[in-house]
Amino acid sequence: MAADSSKIPAWPAWRQLANGDPVGLGASAFSPRSRALKARINEADRAVGSVCPYCGVGCGQQVYVKDGKILDIEGDYDSPISRGCLCPKGAATMQLVTGTHRVKTVLYRRPYGTRWEEIPLERALDLVARRVQKTRDDTWEDQHEKGHPLRRTLGIASLGGATLDNEENYLIKKLFSSLGVVQVENQARI
Amino acid sequence: MAECHPVGFQWVMEAKRRGATIIHIDPRFTRTSAVSDIHVPIRAGSDIAFLGALVNYIISNDCWFREYVVNYTNASALISEDFQDTEDLDGLFSGWDPEKGQYDPKSWQYRGVEVSPAAGHREMFSGEPRSERGASITAEEHDPTLTDPKCVFQIVKRHYARYTPEVVQQACGIAPDLFLKVARALCDNSGLERTSAFCYAVGWTQHTVGVQFIRTAAIVQLLLGNIGRPGGGIMALRGHSSIQGSTDIPTLYNMLPGYLPMPKASYDTDLEKYIEYNRSASGWWSEFPKYIVSLLKAWYGNNASAVNDYCYNYLPHISGDHSHMVTVAAMADGFVKGYFVLGENPAVGSMNASLQRKGLRKLEWLVVRDFAPTETAEFWRSAPEVVAGDVKPEEIATEVFFFPCAAHTEKDGSFTNTQRLLQWHHKAIEPPGDCRSELHFVYHLGKRLKELYRDSPDSKDHPIRDLAWNYREIGEIQEPDAEEVLAEINGHSLPDEKPLSAYTELNEDGSTACGCWIYCGCRKDGVNQTARRTPKDEQDWVALEWGWAWPANRRMLYNRASADPEGKPWSQRKKYVWWDPEQKKWTGYDNPDCIATRPPEYRPPEGAQGIDTLSGIDPFIMQAEGKGWLYDPSGLLDGPLPTHYEPQESVLKNPLYGQQCNPARLEWVRRDNPYHKAWGDPRYPFIATTYRVTEHHTAGGMSRWLPWLNELQPEMFVEVSPELAGLRGLENGGWATVSTIRGEIEARVLVTERLQPLVVQGQVMHQVGIPYHWSYVGRSTGDAANELTAFVADPNVSIEESKAFSVQIVAGRRASRRRAGAVGPLAAPEPGQEDGGEPSRDLPEVRTKKPATHGERSGRQQQTEEA
Repeated sequence: MAADSSKIPAWPAWRQLANGDPVGLGASAFSPRSRALKARINEADRAVGSVCPYCGVGCGQQVYVKDGKILDIEGDYDSPISRGCLCPKGAATMQLVTGTHRVKTVLYRRPYGTRWEEIPLERALDLVARRVQKTRDDTWEDQHEKGHPLRRTLGIASLGGATLDNEENYLIKKLFSSLGVVQVENQARI
Repeated sequence: MAECHPVGFQWVMEAKRRGATIIHIDPRFTRTSAVSDIHVPIRAGSDIAFLGALVNYIISNDCWFREYVVNYTNASALISEDFQDTEDLDGLFSGWDPEKGQYDPKSWQYRGVEVSPAAGHREMFSGEPRSERGASITAEEHDPTLTDPKCVFQIVKRHYARYTPEVVQQACGIAPDLFLKVARALCDNSGLERTSAFCYAVGWTQHTVGVQFIRTAAIVQLLLGNIGRPGGGIMALRGHSSIQGSTDIPTLYNMLPGYLPMPKASYDTDLEKYIEYNRSASGWWSEFPKYIVSLLKAWYGNNASAVNDYCYNYLPHISGDHSHMVTVAAMADGFVKGYFVLGENPAVGSMNASLQRKGLRKLEWLVVRDFAPTETAEFWRSAPEVVAGDVKPEEIATEVFFFPCAAHTEKDGSFTNTQRLLQWHHKAIEPPGDCRSELHFVYHLGKRLKELYRDSPDSKDHPIRDLAWNYREIGEIQEPDAEEVLAEINGHSLPDEKPLSAYTELNEDGSTACGCWIYCGCRKDGVNQTARRTPKDEQDWVALEWGWAWPANRRMLYNRASADPEGKPWSQRKKYVWWDPEQKKWTGYDNPDCIATRPPEYRPPEGAQGIDTLSGIDPFIMQAEGKGWLYDPSGLLDGPLPTHYEPQESVLKNPLYGQQCNPARLEWVRRDNPYHKAWGDPRYPFIATTYRVTEHHTAGGMSRWLPWLNELQPEMFVEVSPELAGLRGLENGGWATVSTIRGEIEARVLVTERLQPLVVQGQVMHQVGIPYHWSYVGRSTGDAANELTAFVADPNVSIEESKAFSVQIVAGRRASRRRAGAVGPLAAPEPGQEDGGEPSRDLPEVRTKKPATHGERSGRQQQTEEA
């Protein structure tokens, strides 16, 4: 039985010969399906300039967004630092920011408690502010016994900053110093 | 570097393609070694012996860059006649004070003058507080021929004369041939036409003598003329996206933004004294008052005026060390009540994990902010001591708040990368649920506290009431405007509030406000310079239009040194900035790191003040005298020159000195932080070093929850050589238990030739490699390396020693879950093996050192002790 002539152009061997691609490594290797495949990011409304959140190299990232959702995060080819590359961690940024591990509510463990409880964000902020006020007032050292100023509390401490923005570090230092909190530290010493 | 900074490492490969020789010095053979020309396995903790031998090689083979050294370093300065070297005193410098247990650096000074470093430790100086930056430098005596036995060059030469290839073999386990191959490659690739760079990370810093590791590299690079020139330098490869930014705008106890010191109790009692003690008479730090006054204007706005010392008295004062380990020890002793942990995971990443958790158990309240509850947030229910039943949640009083954080894609802001480059990341989407940025958290916490203290008449509450805290709130979630905060950091003139474009525009009369002087210019002309993204293909290789680097968008510091004293490039090949005699200014590929219009032939006139003292041949403008320091005349706290000391817990006696360890190191002598014998402890015969893998990030908070990464590196393991595996009956893929007196962990064994036993002083030394990412929560769990480590630190910066300590390793899973912090040390020290027993870490005059501010009484009482 003769081959259905309408299907002949779909035969790989035919396409290879017809397209002058006898070893099949050129365009004839595409099937209609693979020809129709598009990069996920083609659908994006916009690409947002960003920076990798992991190590200190500062590789450029492009965050592709559609309808308020992240489609993908890729290396920024324009960056003179990274030239489009990301390492395994950088390439996993998409999962870091969209993964199911992310907790989206405030959790509270009461003293001597055995479980987490969900509480509203605003209430949690109120509670923390009151804890800060009480601890600060209870542990305030205004001056040294020799008379020179101390104006601080050693009852409160803070740790962290190396994964945060400059602007965030600035507000942390500004607020905590003004509260008299001196035990402010981050990963730079660790 | 290929493991932990893979994308940065592409530039090393570029250099290799262009003919550079790549040398990798590391106890382990890694992906970096695989593509290097030379891999040098070294005994962990012995780097000063190696680097010191390089100094000796460079000087004895006359490989140093004479014109650079004579003009740009302090090689010719004459040192006090009283100075005695560690070579004379068996491992101590002159000036050790047995009473105080610290050095008095008086005998280390330049002859006839006293100069303190730009970031000096005033507390070192005995007697009355002095103006550390007010020292005159005009009385210096120099020997430009560098032959006077008391000149810096000769002192350095003598100090390292015993650091020979044979000593390298004895201390580092490196064969002399291999050492010489490295030394020759380094010297062959330094000089007029070529430069060499050093790259390092925490493998160099996390030692009891860590700062001096870097200092030794600085000596090598200054001698070879490799600083301030393209292809040269000493590159700190930092491990977090903005760890540089959080150092510049420091969430650190001892500094205010821009490397201004925090006020020190009993000295900096008012603004006048603070300025007097911290400004320098010469060099760039003479501009100090402008920076502190502008900072106070940024913080307290119109409330800060000349009449009230710009609210200087609102700042808290420090007394001694308030660094992380000091704070945690105080926490474990019950002195700290409340703790904020913001995007960090100390229960995994910090030393002596069980002591960290003991601290958390003693808190009244704890706030943790992260993507998901970390080990630090979950310490009360899944820590090893809880699982083992030694501690019950029902007995832990700590109230814990976990706030979910926003990701970098959900907020605007800038990161400062490891090369001082600020890059803006734009918000792409809204944060989900109650996830919020730290900017949101801190701003709204501040707003609430301002409200709580609104009507307080108490003077202690004035700083909160008067704090300038008005930022535009954006959107439904009331996110403060990050660019407004950046604008405050950049600074503006007053009262017209025009953005400033450079720190040279700052004033000390209250007419400028600036949140961080070194970042001034990052929003020049009101334009966010950190958000610039001119593609690399549309600009030259220096890429000045990508982001913004502090200071002044300068991409290479000290670049004045890329030209010779006359201002001409040392060579065409290494051209970078130069003096243009026609335009009468400095020009080049980068923004020159000197006063742009100051000609090379300028010499300060008699009586010059401030920045007028910087001559045309002073590339190191932050130094009072403008020169790079081969020798540090005011001293780090542990000496003017780096000297080889053994780690706190070593397997070897110090091959060079009777003084085994850094005499000024910080110890925490307390029951929950016991140490092994100084060396040769039969219970702990092997060397351990901790490290990271490519596929995970630090303490795991951003990696162990991601299946993509866990699939690549699924499980905790330890690396051992086939020889050690044979010795201990360890099988590849089987279990091993690694222990110290502080804790024990189990892990799968990776038997690999990537770790090789070293022969040191005739003994075979085995090293164990331990990645530190894992612990007890997350989607990939395992025992934490830091269950093993101890609180012990470098005296200059209080950084811990995690890169070299002694351990035991045996086959099989751990039998016990006992942890030191929960139930005391794993084993009581045997008689004579306690700290202070034989063999001793210290010479007799050092042994009298009291367990001072960092000892077992470390806590509030000690911290408030006067410096």
